Amino acid sequence: MQNKFDYIVIGGGVVGAMIARWLSRYEAKTLLIEKEADIGMGSSSANTAIVHPGYDPLPGSLKALMNVRGNQMWDQLAGDLNFPFERRGDFVVAVGDEEVPLLDRLWDQGKKNGVPGMKMLDGPEMRSRERDINPEVSGALWATTGGVCDPFQVTVAAAESAVLNGVTVLLETAFEDFLWEGKQIVGIKTNRGDYFARWTINSAGIYSDEVMHKAGVRPEFFIKARRGEYFIFDRAEVQIHNVLFPVPSSRGKGILVTGTVHENTIVGPNANIIDDKEDTSMTKEGMDELISGAQKLVPGLNLKASIANFAGMRPMGNGPCYTPGIEYNNDYVIEIPANVEGFVNLGGIESPGLTSAPAIAEMVVELLKDAGEEMLVKKDWDPIRPARPHFAHLSHQERQLLCEVDPRFGRVICRCENISEGEIIAEIHAPIPAKTYDAIKRRTWLGTGRCQGGFDMTRVVNILARELGVSPLEITKRGHNSQYLYRTTKNVEVPDAH
Amino acid sequence: MLIKNKYDVVVIGGGPGGLAAAIEAKKAGAEDVLVIERDVELGGILLQCIHNGFGLQTFKEDLPGPEYAQRFINEAKSLGISFLLDAMVMDLTSQRKLYVSSQDFGYVEIDALAIVLAMGCREKTRPQVRIPGTRPNGVFTAGTAQRWVNVEGYMPGKNFVILGSGDIGMIMARRLTFEGAHVERVLEIQSYLSGLSRNYVQCLEDWDIPLQLQHTVKRIIGKNRVEAIEAVAVDSHWNYIPGTEEIIPCDTLLLSVGLIPENELSKKAGVALDPVTGGPYVDEKFQTNIPGIFAAGNVVHVYDLVDYVSMAGVGAGKSAADFALAEKERSARYIPLVPGKNVRYIVPHRLDKQALEKGDVSLQMRVSKPIEEDVWLEVRNQNNSIVRRSERYARPGEMVTIVLKPNMATELEKSDSLIVDIYPKSEV
Repeated sequence: MQNKFDYIVIGGGVVGAMIARWLSRYEAKTLLIEKEADIGMGSSSANTAIVHPGYDPLPGSLKALMNVRGNQMWDQLAGDLNFPFERRGDFVVAVGDEEVPLLDRLWDQGKKNGVPGMKMLDGPEMRSRERDINPEVSGALWATTGGVCDPFQVTVAAAESAVLNGVTVLLETAFEDFLWEGKQIVGIKTNRGDYFARWTINSAGIYSDEVMHKAGVRPEFFIKARRGEYFIFDRAEVQIHNVLFPVPSSRGKGILVTGTVHENTIVGPNANIIDDKEDTSMTKEGMDELISGAQKLVPGLNLKASIANFAGMRPMGNGPCYTPGIEYNNDYVIEIPANVEGFVNLGGIESPGLTSAPAIAEMVVELLKDAGEEMLVKKDWDPIRPARPHFAHLSHQERQLLCEVDPRFGRVICRCENISEGEIIAEIHAPIPAKTYDAIKRRTWLGTGRCQGGFDMTRVVNILARELGVSPLEITKRGHNSQYLYRTTKNVEVPDAH
Repeated sequence: MLIKNKYDVVVIGGGPGGLAAAIEAKKAGAEDVLVIERDVELGGILLQCIHNGFGLQTFKEDLPGPEYAQRFINEAKSLGISFLLDAMVMDLTSQRKLYVSSQDFGYVEIDALAIVLAMGCREKTRPQVRIPGTRPNGVFTAGTAQRWVNVEGYMPGKNFVILGSGDIGMIMARRLTFEGAHVERVLEIQSYLSGLSRNYVQCLEDWDIPLQLQHTVKRIIGKNRVEAIEAVAVDSHWNYIPGTEEIIPCDTLLLSVGLIPENELSKKAGVALDPVTGGPYVDEKFQTNIPGIFAAGNVVHVYDLVDYVSMAGVGAGKSAADFALAEKERSARYIPLVPGKNVRYIVPHRLDKQALEKGDVSLQMRVSKPIEEDVWLEVRNQNNSIVRRSERYARPGEMVTIVLKPNMATELEKSDSLIVDIYPKSEV
């Protein structure tokens, strides 16, 4: 295999995918590597799915700059890449008189950060905008530029756009070390062999500290994993359309209650620092904390209607503030370090990392230009990543037409979310093929409903096996050792997958 | 087979409840009966219930699930009932219109005079019982594991722990043991068994599989696949009892923690649900709050024996047929009002042939263009003029009314349709 590139991006989360997509615009060869069986399986797959307005980060921080710039880019991005995004606005809700001054602090921060479209609401106004809100609401900051998206589809769409414009994506390819020529990084060593590039970009998320240490950069920088747990509710039972934040505390933006683009209500996250970066466990204490947090905003929330829960990690770094002289030690690192060559270093890209991702990609390109890279725009660069049909979202007439064009869309596999076989097959053969159950789940929303895949699981495993030309025994939930099946039953001849 | 766009009775779900309902509806006189089934075969969840214990009430025989189902399938086929398999009802309206999607027939609209909901129930999942810990593969509902083993022919694990003493869980404990897997134990958070005693004896006791009452899973351990679970004893309020924790190595945790009637489709049609059962409120005819929509089996409440599901299906099927036949008879009495010469529309659009027995009926209409001279307003059927009166003019801006009187009842009874004409007297 050809192993010489201009740019290598380490890490296929939303930031890495955006960087790859931005680099795909230029006359250069780019490689994106991801250690997992699919892109977007880390923090990008387990977060609140919010596009933040930018009142929350400290003025002067890189977080604030990236957040506000990133937010502005999302309409164009969603249009070009065809992923679900709605600029619904968000509300920071004060309950009781003592919380009202905290809204003023956010207001001031927002103004300093340059957040447009903020409004202060009093209690009755907030109550009129959300019927289920705590009746003791005393006021709210309404930030009209807030949005909600599907972070899985955002990551997939950005990476697909990169692939459609010539970027190579390698999955299950783990960074091991750098290759050097003097002070110059000339490539990387991976579990699949060596790859060479003029520039390597560290976008390793929760492992970005370990990668930069291998480059000899910022030995004092460390990532702490701050775990956030979430509940998802059945859309047939609970309908909260608004994005409702509590007033923030020292532990973060707090436990929010919001409607997703899929119209499920989501509650979370809490925030707990965890030693093991991989330990995305749910805890009993955490679940109790989510319930009381959610009930502060929406006291009548029907907890029985919770159909899923999960936990994600925020990669919290200890980067110094971007603006010298400001006392702040959790800022983003986005830099070309002085002590090595051929290395763009990112670290600590926690919330609002999803919002910031396109701005970070833009900044990486600017840094490369400043470092003397020519960056010639490809004449045939195509910004559009075409959407694939989602059967459940179509009108009756559209469904009829789609079934006539391709009858496989008529066969519904996921009964709660109404995902069809046509959609599943399309994802298995997409520019970045979905080869695991979870890869299909993230791309189609299959198996996320009230039966949690109980009905579709056997069918999806069979479809994957058939389309990939392997035995169902080889199909996994998310790669590595996450297989479904161990062997056939005794004395049973296994019929062909149907 | 062809799918028609109109049926007397449509049954949603081809399991035991749905099959019994379809058979009874046909026997009770419904002509066109259609069963819509999601799976590629009829029989519902019985197809994966290869153990015996079915039919003791209905057939006085001890049958395995698929054989019990087959008897109903055979009868349904011999009666000429239509089946739409591998098909999903995507939408259902209170007007009994169904939108059905399938690979073979595409996306079709079907109107039914009566509907029987027989979608059955689904299993509670891990998030609904909020088990803490990691989220690896290897946590399955007992029913999903049953499908893997009995229908697909694969083993979804080697070492099992089962949470919940529901019937499917206990039956799977035995089934997995037959297949050479190891079932470490069954944990039950309550102080009593949640399934049938006979299943405890035949599926656990006879195979030396321990049952621990007042125990639950405190935590699931493992990154990609389950590696162990942490079991813990609980008090009568389900609080963990400290010091009783035990790590049990296993690769699979099966859940048999309850069933929920599946009514998302019912809700789309406006069917009201009982928060206790999770199923529709029904009357003694198994009719829901929506006229013409009936419900039978586990979609109403979760049964212990399939025989009772079938019996409920019989009741609902009979009621659905009665409703459909009454509906047919009623709609056969209706005739259309047809705008004739110079008439743009008529309200009402259709008329009960027996309406005049109860008094006058007035017809309101507008003309399509002005006629500035003496006009006749005439109502006729296919053979005769029924009533005629005159006006000085007819103008679109002024509504025209013609009243039908009880003395016209005999002629109305003979009508296939009523035609209204408005025309200048000079044209006669």
